[in-house]
Amino acid sequence: MARRIDARALAGWAAGLALLVLPGCRQDMHDQPKYQPLEESHFFEDGRASRPRVPGTVARGRRDDDELLVSGKVDGKLSEVFPEPVTRATLERGHRDYDVHCSPCHDRAGTGQGMIVQRGYKQPTSFHDARLRGMPPGYFFDVVTNGFGVMPSYATQVPVADRWAIAAYIRALQLSQHATVAEVPAEGRTAFLEGKTLDPRTGLPAQEAAAAGRAVPGGGHE
Amino acid sequence: MPQVFHRSTNTIARVSIFGALIVVAAAGYGLDLVNRSSYVTGAGLALEQPVPFSHRHHAGELGIDCRYCHTGVETGAKAGIPPTQTCMNCHKQIWADSPTLEPVRASLRTDASIPWVKVHDLPDFVYFNHSIHVAKGVGCETCHGRIDRMNLTWQQNSLQMEWCLECHRNPERYVRPKEEVFTMGWQPPGGDQLALGRELLKANDVQPKTDCDTCHR
Repeated sequence: MARRIDARALAGWAAGLALLVLPGCRQDMHDQPKYQPLEESHFFEDGRASRPRVPGTVARGRRDDDELLVSGKVDGKLSEVFPEPVTRATLERGHRDYDVHCSPCHDRAGTGQGMIVQRGYKQPTSFHDARLRGMPPGYFFDVVTNGFGVMPSYATQVPVADRWAIAAYIRALQLSQHATVAEVPAEGRTAFLEGKTLDPRTGLPAQEAAAAGRAVPGGGHE
Repeated sequence: MPQVFHRSTNTIARVSIFGALIVVAAAGYGLDLVNRSSYVTGAGLALEQPVPFSHRHHAGELGIDCRYCHTGVETGAKAGIPPTQTCMNCHKQIWADSPTLEPVRASLRTDASIPWVKVHDLPDFVYFNHSIHVAKGVGCETCHGRIDRMNLTWQQNSLQMEWCLECHRNPERYVRPKEEVFTMGWQPPGGDQLALGRELLKANDVQPKTDCDTCHR
């Protein structure tokens, strides 16, 4: 005689099995009840888990009482000097940040023909214009910080130290367009006049510099 | 007394023993395939966004550097989604009347965030920091693929643990010179990634860890 299947026992087994298997479908550990940066919040009215800063907050390590450092001004006048000595590291940092944040409009040489300008944005003045060449470093810091004309403020995108580095790099760009042969290091001058490229670190022709020390692989891309 | 079982039962019994093994193995293999598929990982699926932002256009065609928008990538754990203001740096003049960009303008007007859909969503039990990867020469492209060719953005890789470990165990296969981190389509000069990779590990002091608590802290 076939055994009668006990429906209740079967239901019990099924429930037990489901209890064992179904928790595997839950994602509680993937999505823990905590906020990740920029996540949506159902607690705050504006839906932001990352809270806007309370006005006047100064982040740790971001002092704002140094007038020259944070405003580019001394006694309300645009500063003629940089707050820190300008080193090669400063210029390299400035080069990087200029290419990232400024070159879309100002282009990499600073003439104001960047890609965004080619797409219809108002053309900025060339950095090699006489008026801008005469401007003190504090001016460039001030413009990056507060914007100028149609140029928006870059204060949220570029930290203070990097803004100064950009100001220093702009000065270097300006010098680069108004340099004389006499300023080329003596060792490289002949090669330079023959139209060879000089290595910016050594002042020697690029090939010789590469032979002297191992060239940075793939460096110096456009 | 007649035999209870027919002779064929012998064969059926043998076949079903091996058959059961095959079924179990096939089920395991099937589960594994599903687990690595886009259905589970989300890799390769372009997500719909409130505004159809194209990395191909901005990063590829216009050549805007990754860091123009993703400002935190060199210094922070998160690369960061730019605030609406960053979009408007250009779009207050360019495509300023485009209906497609209305959600962006609305966001600026009302100070409400644009509800961008997260593309790379790591589990909350994983610690990840962009800055250390960038500092040690892991290119954007290595994890994110040719973002400069994506119209809508998708996740290139599975983001599964085996994928992380592949690089943490064999970093020489993936690292590039620091100045090429943000370059798309970089190839090792001469084509010898392993030789260059080993050199770069030394030069940049690359020591990825594979301890559990490196990522699960």
